[in-house]
Order: sequence, then C-alpha cells, then structure tokens
Amino acid sequence: MSSYAFDISHLLAGGLVLVSFMMIYQDRMYALLNTFALQAVLLGLAVAWQAFTQEAPHLYATAAIALVFKALIVPWALHRVVARMGIQRTVETVTGVMPTMLAGMGLVALSILLMLQLTEAAENALAREDLAFALSVILLGMLMMVTRRNAVTQVVGFMSLENGLILAAAGAQGMPLVVEISVAFSVLIAMIVIGVFLFRIRERFDSVDTEALDAFRGERQ
Amino acid sequence: MIELSAAIALGLLALSLAAAAMRGLSAASAVVYGTSAAFSLALALAGVWTLATQAGAQGVHLPIGLPWIGAHLTLDALSAVFLMLLGVGGAAASVFAIGYGRHEHEPHRVLPFYPGFLGAMTMVVLAGDAFTFLLSWEVMSLLSWALVLTNHRAEETRAAGYLYLVMAGFGTMVLLLAFGLMAGPEGGYEFEAMRTVERSPALAVLVLALMMIGAGSKAGLLPLHVWLPAAHPAAPSHVSALMSGVMTKVALYGFIRVAFDLLGPVPWWMSVPVIVAGALTAVVGILFANIDGDGKRVLAYSTIENIGVIFAALGLALAFRANGMPALAALALTAGLIHAMNHMLFKSLLFMVAGAVLNATGRRDLDGLGGLIHRMPKTAVLALVGVTAISALPPLNGFVSEWLLFQAVLQSPKLSQPGLQFLVPAAGGLLALAAALAAAAFVRFYGVIFLGRARSDEARDAHEVDRWSLGAMAGLALLCVLAGILPGVLIDLVAPAVDLAVGAHLPMQANNNWFTLVPVAVVHSSYSGLLVMVFVVFSGGASAWLVHRLASRRLRRAPAWDCGFPNADPVTQYGAGSFSQPIRRVMAPVLAARETVVMPPPGDATPARHEVQTEDLAWARLYLPIIAAIDYATTRLNALQFLTIRRYLSLVFGSLVLLLTGLAIWN
Repeated sequence: MSSYAFDISHLLAGGLVLVSFMMIYQDRMYALLNTFALQAVLLGLAVAWQAFTQEAPHLYATAAIALVFKALIVPWALHRVVARMGIQRTVETVTGVMPTMLAGMGLVALSILLMLQLTEAAENALAREDLAFALSVILLGMLMMVTRRNAVTQVVGFMSLENGLILAAAGAQGMPLVVEISVAFSVLIAMIVIGVFLFRIRERFDSVDTEALDAFRGERQ
Repeated sequence: MIELSAAIALGLLALSLAAAAMRGLSAASAVVYGTSAAFSLALALAGVWTLATQAGAQGVHLPIGLPWIGAHLTLDALSAVFLMLLGVGGAAASVFAIGYGRHEHEPHRVLPFYPGFLGAMTMVVLAGDAFTFLLSWEVMSLLSWALVLTNHRAEETRAAGYLYLVMAGFGTMVLLLAFGLMAGPEGGYEFEAMRTVERSPALAVLVLALMMIGAGSKAGLLPLHVWLPAAHPAAPSHVSALMSGVMTKVALYGFIRVAFDLLGPVPWWMSVPVIVAGALTAVVGILFANIDGDGKRVLAYSTIENIGVIFAALGLALAFRANGMPALAALALTAGLIHAMNHMLFKSLLFMVAGAVLNATGRRDLDGLGGLIHRMPKTAVLALVGVTAISALPPLNGFVSEWLLFQAVLQSPKLSQPGLQFLVPAAGGLLALAAALAAAAFVRFYGVIFLGRARSDEARDAHEVDRWSLGAMAGLALLCVLAGILPGVLIDLVAPAVDLAVGAHLPMQANNNWFTLVPVAVVHSSYSGLLVMVFVVFSGGASAWLVHRLASRRLRRAPAWDCGFPNADPVTQYGAGSFSQPIRRVMAPVLAARETVVMPPPGDATPARHEVQTEDLAWARLYLPIIAAIDYATTRLNALQFLTIRRYLSLVFGSLVLLLTGLAIWN
C-alpha cells in the first residue's frame, strides 16, 4: 500500500509539472485554458489522493474546491472573457518557446535540487518530493506570467502558480481547512477583480496587452 | 513601586492627550508643567525608595501593546537608578518650565509633547521586554523630535529636526537588529528569556557593536553625534535640559542594560572600541565646545564630552569584568553611573541658565552677551555653581565622578592584557585633556556671558528671571553641592545596581568618618568632599577677610579693562572668539580650522576682515560621502519607477530565482 501511495502521488505531482510545461508552449488561447483545466483536475486528484493516504477528510474538501473552482468555474469564465473579446489566437510571447522551455527546465532542476537538499532531515519522502514539484509548478507559473504580454495569459499563469501552492499545502500535512478555503476564495476574488479590470483595460485601450498601459502612466516624463 | 511607576508613566502619556485637549485654556501651561513636576518627583522617590530598601526586581504585566504579548514592565536596581535620574531631571525641568513657559509664544507647540516625552522615557527605563523597549524608545525619539521642531519657522531648526529624525530612525533600526540577534531564533523577546540564552562570543560582540551604534547615536557618541549640537539647542531650554540631561542617560541605560545585564560575558577586546570611542568623543566634543559661539551649542557639545567620559568608564568596567576583577569593574561602573547622575544635575542647571539668559536678553550668541552678573545676580551665582561642577572642580559633584574614574584608570596595570595596559593610560590621558579643556570651555562660557561689560543693548537691559525658574536652578545647584560633599550617599544608593551589573559593589560609604570616600581598599586613596568644602570655605573666607582687613574695606570703582587702552567700546573686550583662539590654533587639524585675512585692495576704504572657518571632520569625511552616495544611487534607481508591469514581475521573479539559487549553492 505505502509504495503505491508514494508512486501514485509522485505520478500526479509530476503530472502537474508536466502540464505546466504544456501550458508554456500553447499558442492558442482556448487550448491554454483547456490545459489549465487539465492541471486543475490533476491537482484535485493529487489532493484527493493525499486525503486518502493521510486519512485527512478535510483534504477532500480542498480537492472538491480545486475541482469546482479551478477546473470548471475559472476556465469557463475565462473562456467567456476570451470569446467576448475575440482574442482566441493572440498568445503573444516575449521570447520564443524554446528559450522559455529551457528556462523552465532550469527552474525545475533548481527547485528539485534545493528542496531535496533543504528537507533532508524530513522523514517523509513523499512530502519532500511533493514540495519539490510544488515549487516547480510555482516557478513555472511565474515564468509564464513574466514571458506573456497578454493579460489573460498572465491571469492563467497566476492561477497555475496558485495550484502549486495548494499542492505544497496538501503535501505538508496539517494546513487547516480554514486557511485553504480562504486561499481558494481570495484567488477567486482576485480572478473576478482581474476580470473586471481586463474589460476596463480593453474598453480604454482596445487591447489587453499590458504594455499598452505604460504609455498612459502619469509620472512618465 | 513598579505599579506606582507604571501608573505614573501611563499618567504622563495620558497627560499629553489631556494637554492637547486643553487648547485655549490659559492655565494649561501651569497645569501641565505642575502635574509633570509632581509625577516626576514621585518617580524620583520611587527610584530612591527601590534603591534604599534594596528591593529585588519587581515586574508587572500590562495587557496593552501587542496582542497576546502585552507589555512587561520591570523595576530593578538598574532601572531604579535611572528612574531616580529621570525623576529629578524631569521635576527640575518642569518646575523651571512653569516660569519659562509663560514667555512662550506658542505653548501648545510644546505642551502636548512634553509630558509624553517624560512618560516615554520612563517606559524605556521600565521596559521588561524588547517590544516595549523599542516602542517606547521610538515614541521618545518622535516626541523629542516634535519638541525640537517647536520653533519650526527657523530654517535652521527644520534642518536640525530632519537630521535628528534620520539619525533617530537609523538608531532604532540598529537597536532592532541588536535585540533581534539577542532574542535568537526562538524569539524570546522578554528580558528574562534573553538573560538565559547562551551566545557565542562572535554574536555577543556583534550585539554589543550594534548597541554601541544604536544607543550611541542617541547619546551622541562619535561619529554619530552630528545631530546633537544642532537638535538639542533648537528645542526650548527646559526641553534642551531634558534631552541633554536625561534622554542621553536613557540611551546609556539601554547600553548598560544590554552590555552588563542581558548579554552575558563579552570578550575583553570588545572593551577597546568602547574605551577608544569614549575617550575620542570626550576630546572632540569639548574641543568644539571651546570654539562654538552659541551658548546652547557649547552646552550641547559639552554633553557629547560627558557622554564620552561615561562611555570610557563603561568600557573600563567591561575590561575589568572580562578579566574577572569585579571590584574594579564596580569602581569603573560606579564612576560611570555617578557621572551620569552628576551630568544630569549640572547640565540641566546650565541649560536652564542658558534659557534664563535667553529669556532675559533674547540672545544665544556669546558675543552678544556680557556683564550679566550685574543684571542677573542670582542666576549668575547659580551658573557659577554649575560651571564649577562641570569643570570638575572640588568640592562639587563633577570632581567626585571624575576622581572615581581616574582611580579606575590608575588600576589598569592590574589588567592582564598588555594591549589594555597601554591603551587605558593613554585613554586616561585623553580624558584628562578633556577635563582640562572642559574647564577652559566653561571659563569662557561664564566669563563671556556674565563678566565684563554688556556687548549688546539687550544684555545691558536684561532683567532677573522669575522665581519658578530660579527655584528650579537653585534646587539643582543645591543637589550639585550636596552630591559633591556627600558623595557616599549616592554611591551607596547605586550599589545595588552596580551589584546587578558586575556582581560586586563598592564598600558601603555610610560609616566612614567625615563623609570620606574610600572606594576600594586596594586603591589606597580617599577623598572627603566635606573637608575640602570646609577648607575652601574657610580659606576663601579668610583670604577675603584678610584682603578687606589689610587693604581697604572701601568699594572702589575704576574704569574696567583699562589697561592703558581706555576705549569705551565693549567689543574691545576679550570675547568668545578671543578665548577660543589659542585652542583653535593648536588643534587646527582636528577642527579643520582655516583662518583667512581678506585685505581690501589699496585705495579701498572697506575694513580688512579676518575670517575663521571650522568644520566637523566627521560630517565632511563620513556623512557628506554617504549623502552623495545615496543621492547618486537614488538618481540612478529612479529609472525603476518607469518600468512596465511585466518588467516588475520579472524583477520579482528574477530576485526569487536568484535567492533560491543562492540558497541551493550555500547549502
């Protein structure tokens, strides 16, 4: 049982990292959103598996929240946004896909190296691996935010970053449910706020390219 | 006693709020200062009582401040010594202010901050955990900053206030680091927990160095003193008295509390920077006091000197303690504590004198005063007591503490490290130089203000100050005399605090004949202030009597300064610049003094000019480069204000990855 537990959670967490990489090379908006939904499903499964192996029933709630919000509501809402704005094809990257992928690999190497080193004292091999993967997902999410111009892709990057946080929390054994729920809600609210801003930005500037904002900053000389 | 002291501290803070509400009430000034005086007196009595009964440490836990942590207040012997000092200084300044405050144009610029300043200082002294200490420290800094800005319309005052604010913020930051290091990773911020932590010598040295910078910047240690001569004189005189007399001592309290109580053993060589910084501060401070032309700035520079003397004493105590000589450490620490007390007495007195002169004439520049002994005879006598005390002349109190300090310096051959054996006598030489220069500075201060003839119309038309001010000054002068002739009482009082700090204290002085001071048996020397006093009074009285008897009783009036040059103009008198000229010439490299003579071209009728410039080298060599570097960096970093959102994100991301990489490599 214990070896299976380790293998399966390893598989799921590794799957999350893999999907993060998939998100980096998507060049269509809908495909990106679908990939994001896939990552959320994997996250839900990973957390549910943690709940099963740790015999921590409150983690099932976390998994459910992840599934409902992240895999359904958020992608659906972003789909609508993209459809209404008509930006299905515009994934504008700053650099090419290849350098970004290389950088992403470097980040994964860094986080695994770091986490396995830092948590050497910890007994639980599972938690160690989980933390390493979670940090990778967080860093890849940030990388995506940095290398995209479009505000919607930046939002997706942010959400994916948050997936990494939840994965880390689920592996850590002992994050209270209240904290998880509040994190989930704050992310949802951030999504709503960002969504509202997206429309405002587009209304003003006819674009959701964040670079367009810079020309209108008051302090620029 | 702790409950009473805590209640008074809170009462003083509440009085600040009440004072703010008393706008427009004509008696507000008297009410606020009167209440502050009563509260301060009660604090002083609480301190004396705690010391006299040798009560152990008492604590109280107030549920105010940080949630679940609250504020721990503790009153032990060391706090009590400084509580006594604060109470006496606060009471005197408040009584003085009852009279002085009547002349203030805008009393409500001072009233709401004054009692709170006293209350915050009390809280610093009583604090039993690092949070309370740092919070009260910062409140004390901010309220004193507001008091410095009383006369905010003067450009000079605003510059002084800004400099003070920057230095105070810097000092608190450094203290924060020091206490954070002391608390360790477990975060035991109560002093009780800090005492029990085992520290490596390297950490202890680092904490002590940080404390020297943090507390030293508030006390005026070289080279962190630059704000002090600008800020202390800018405040109203009773606040100047408090800042110089009491607040610098509260800073010393912070240093003593950490260095001697909380930190545990410190390597011997850490006493070297303390002694060197103290001795250099003393000399440089008093050199500037000798050349400055503003009465209150002279006093502020002299405060720097006295802080240097006290730090040197504390450094000696650290050296003796590290060598396992508690009796000699007790001697040095007693000297430091007594000198802190004495300095509070005479410096407050002298700032009040400067305030009285300012009130009477409206002038602070020495070269606009003169001859005030005729117009203000009572103030002149009290000022004479103050300058005699600060010049460390027997039988007054300044002599006692300096004598004790030199007794400790003379014991330096007993130290086991050759480095200290050489260093301490050298530092003693510097301290002796500082003492002599202090006498010179105060001969100049007193002579130019009170003797000779008036150099301005204001000085000629001066009038004696009111009774409250005179009463406060007389009280301090009396205490100076009493502490000079009965030093044993004070030494016995501080004995429990010295015991707490170095684990030993001087033998009890109460039973000695003729109130003689016999500090340590091995010193083989003793001093009796009373006998010296009797001798001074007797010989002085007898000489006066003989002169009058043998010469003539008749009062004769003759032209003043009539040494073959009967020019009636008062500016021909020996002035402040004339007094300082020899010292300025000799010490020109230290003072960066430059003299230039500007001669008009032939045929031009304008007078030739002799110009003198001096400069604080610490300011020129240390502060100006720092300011220039900050200016340069901020100008360059200004570009960061205009990045795109994605660039900002990249910055955050980049620094995160960098830190993680660093962590990975470091591990």
